[in-house]
Amino acid sequence: MAAEQRMVINGNDFSFTPGETILDVARRRDIDIPTLCHLKDAVPTGACRICVVDVQGARNLLPACVTPAAENMIVLTESPAVVRARRLILQLLLSSGNHNCAVRGSDGQDWTSFQLAVRSDDGSGELCPVWGDCRLQGLAYRYQVTGERFSATETAYPMETVNPFIVRDFSRCIQCGRCVQACNEIQVNNAIHVGYRGAKAKIIAAGDRPLKDSDCVFCGECVQACPVGALVEKDARYKVRPWTAQKVRTTCSYCGVGCQMYLHVQDEKVVKVSGVEDRTPNFGSLCVKGRFGFDFIHAPQRLTVPLIKENGQFREAQWEEALDLVAQRLGSIKQSHGPDAIGVLTSARITNEENYIANKFARAVLKTNNIDHCARL
Amino acid sequence: MTNTIGDIEDADVILVTGSNTTENHPVLSRHIKRAVSFKGAKLILVDPRRIKLARFAHLWLRQNLGTDVVWINGMMRVIISEDLYDQSFVETRTEGFDEMKKMVEKFTPEFVEEITGIPAADLVAAARLYAGAGAASILYCMGITQHSHGTDNVKSLANLAMLCGHMGIPGGGVNPLRGQNNVQGACDMGGLPNVYSGYQAVSDLAIAKKMEEAWGVTDLPTQPGLTVTQMVPKAHEGEFKALYIIGENPLVSDPDLNHAEQSLKHLDFLVVQDIFLTETAELADVVLPAKSFAEKDGTFSNTERRVQRIRKAVDPPGQAKDDWEILCEVATRMGFEMHYEDSEAIFNELARVTPSYAGISYERIEQDGLHWPCPTPGHPGTPILHREQFTRGKGLFHAIDYIPPAEQTDDDYPLYLTTGRVLYHYHTGTMTMKTDGLNERVPECFVEISPKDAALYELENGERVEIASRRGKIQARIQVSDKAVSGTVFIPFHFAGAAANRLTNAQLDPVSKIPEYKVCAVRLSRAA
Repeated sequence: MAAEQRMVINGNDFSFTPGETILDVARRRDIDIPTLCHLKDAVPTGACRICVVDVQGARNLLPACVTPAAENMIVLTESPAVVRARRLILQLLLSSGNHNCAVRGSDGQDWTSFQLAVRSDDGSGELCPVWGDCRLQGLAYRYQVTGERFSATETAYPMETVNPFIVRDFSRCIQCGRCVQACNEIQVNNAIHVGYRGAKAKIIAAGDRPLKDSDCVFCGECVQACPVGALVEKDARYKVRPWTAQKVRTTCSYCGVGCQMYLHVQDEKVVKVSGVEDRTPNFGSLCVKGRFGFDFIHAPQRLTVPLIKENGQFREAQWEEALDLVAQRLGSIKQSHGPDAIGVLTSARITNEENYIANKFARAVLKTNNIDHCARL
Repeated sequence: MTNTIGDIEDADVILVTGSNTTENHPVLSRHIKRAVSFKGAKLILVDPRRIKLARFAHLWLRQNLGTDVVWINGMMRVIISEDLYDQSFVETRTEGFDEMKKMVEKFTPEFVEEITGIPAADLVAAARLYAGAGAASILYCMGITQHSHGTDNVKSLANLAMLCGHMGIPGGGVNPLRGQNNVQGACDMGGLPNVYSGYQAVSDLAIAKKMEEAWGVTDLPTQPGLTVTQMVPKAHEGEFKALYIIGENPLVSDPDLNHAEQSLKHLDFLVVQDIFLTETAELADVVLPAKSFAEKDGTFSNTERRVQRIRKAVDPPGQAKDDWEILCEVATRMGFEMHYEDSEAIFNELARVTPSYAGISYERIEQDGLHWPCPTPGHPGTPILHREQFTRGKGLFHAIDYIPPAEQTDDDYPLYLTTGRVLYHYHTGTMTMKTDGLNERVPECFVEISPKDAALYELENGERVEIASRRGKIQARIQVSDKAVSGTVFIPFHFAGAAANRLTNAQLDPVSKIPEYKVCAVRLSRAA
């Protein structure tokens, strides 16, 4: 292994291992270099250039995500030249589509007409669906960019809403390529790509067909990777704002992988699910069931009261009555036919704690080892 | 799994068999696809269907249904005869090699080709690839276990891994992919007829004494109990009187459903505790409403033995309660006082009586889960099993001969049926079918058939057909697909209205008591 080397970032001396990029070293030491296109575990592309830094002796500003750290390198991450470059990049991005997050209207007179134009594209009178949860907006605020330096460009492609899970709003796409990398390099579903190069570039699936007619499996990795409002969960769109929802970390309840996920709760309802990034075993990835299959939680068919069958029909009952009946019937069957006439099917769906209690219930209370679950099925 | 999920990306060769990973364990499958696409790993896929992973495979071996022991023995024969096995591993870490070697002698590539349909050259190539790897991982799922000789299949895979020394190392191992969120935990926690939590045998008197002291009881039963696949027939015979079912829907998931339904109707008393009024709950005398995972605290253990937290996010609907609380209430009414403050109090008790969980606490798994065995509070957990030695000391080779599947095709039932899941639905569908989008993607049952078979039986894509086996019949739509290989059709078992398990064979594996879901004989005809 190569020996440790040293470099200087913003006047502080840091060690690094050859092979690390400037961004790697900075992130490790909590120096905040902004990124848009950079996606963890994918090959850095340097496409957006928002991460440019000032390297002493270099002719130009260099993108931190692809520039290897070098011995005795001296880097400034927020020099006046860096800030100027980032502001320009942000101004260009903000003029590239429907970025109606208000920052661009702060110094202009034609905000109303712009917002009306967005509204006709977007079908909503509200601000962007990810307002307050957008990396571009956050950077525009951080660098105090007013978005009207360049005139806005027309949106070339209409919104795609024909699948049940994901809305693709090309008017808000900044072509950072994170979704393409998420699809091809993280989940390796190889469903979306960059098509129509140049000014006409668009993220396409299956030769520019709707996602539902492509190899897309609706894992939603692209939605989670999208730093702006171009890819949004259909059901959460314009319904969930980040500051109104509380995130609760839990483990997915479908297959045995045990993906770590956040349930986004708003008004006592789970309204959205996202993957927990940077944590094993899934590092932010989910599948279509885990990300979109949560309606069962609040389904009207949920059982809400105990039911007792009488003359072939169920009737609602109080807990006391139902529990008394179960205890009494199990007790009398145990008495007259012995404990082994009773069995318990515990569940691969409930918790360890509950399975342990079921095991204790069968063995210590019923006094039978007739306990099993559906592992075999 | 003997190894971890992330570990798959460290393998040089990955052998996937009986697992449609991209549909059933999608997030785990990304590690396979990443290893193959970006890290130079080679994928050997052995599967009767041309599943999506076949696109990533360097070798796709298509075996006839139920012939797994044959190709595995065949691979081992090649490896032994070409001297490609790990001699020092075999000598120092295993026993029983000579008997196994003698057994596989007859499984020549030509013999294997005749029975499995796998071309001899492909078998030899796969054997060389697997044996030649620095580290090779085996991933398998129900396509291996759900056979009348599934235990033989699993032991054969263990033989293969030991033979090549691909055990106890990063990127290696024999890795069953568990299909339900906490099937690992249900097994770990004593949800089995022969063991308490931590796989402590009920027949071991010292263990029984320990549990009696921990629980404050006497006379714990020491005879192993019945499996689910044994309880159901006994109910039919009338010996078995009452069943308490928690969060399971055997009336869609059991084999030979017509028979299972009759059996449950014979019971004197059936309690079902669930979140929905399932097909099974409809038959119950009492139905008790339980909380869903989003409404409670606790832990699940995933397929890599990692114990992870779940946390309450929302209130339960109506009067639904925690499953543990309901059981404690019933126990208390039956004269055995059971009270716990919360799920953590239960966890602390189970950790005290379960050696493999003894070092785990909610505090330790607040951020990242821990892999059991984790015997003490300072123990880091065990991501990779069998590093120094096997549980029994030396790894035992099993000499295993081939037994054909219980049911064969004939003139009346000329096609093989195999069953499984699809990406967009989960098990009996009680959860996924509440999401419109998932139903839009896969709205109803289908029978997947090869273009050649469709032409042979003059069936059109989308046409309704009747599928009949010796046990029952259902209707479904024809889906002509390149995934299917001629002679075999596939039906997902999710759909209660067209339950594939009305067709399947309840023939059990003699050891694991798992039914043969993956092979039965059927015929197709145009629906009336």
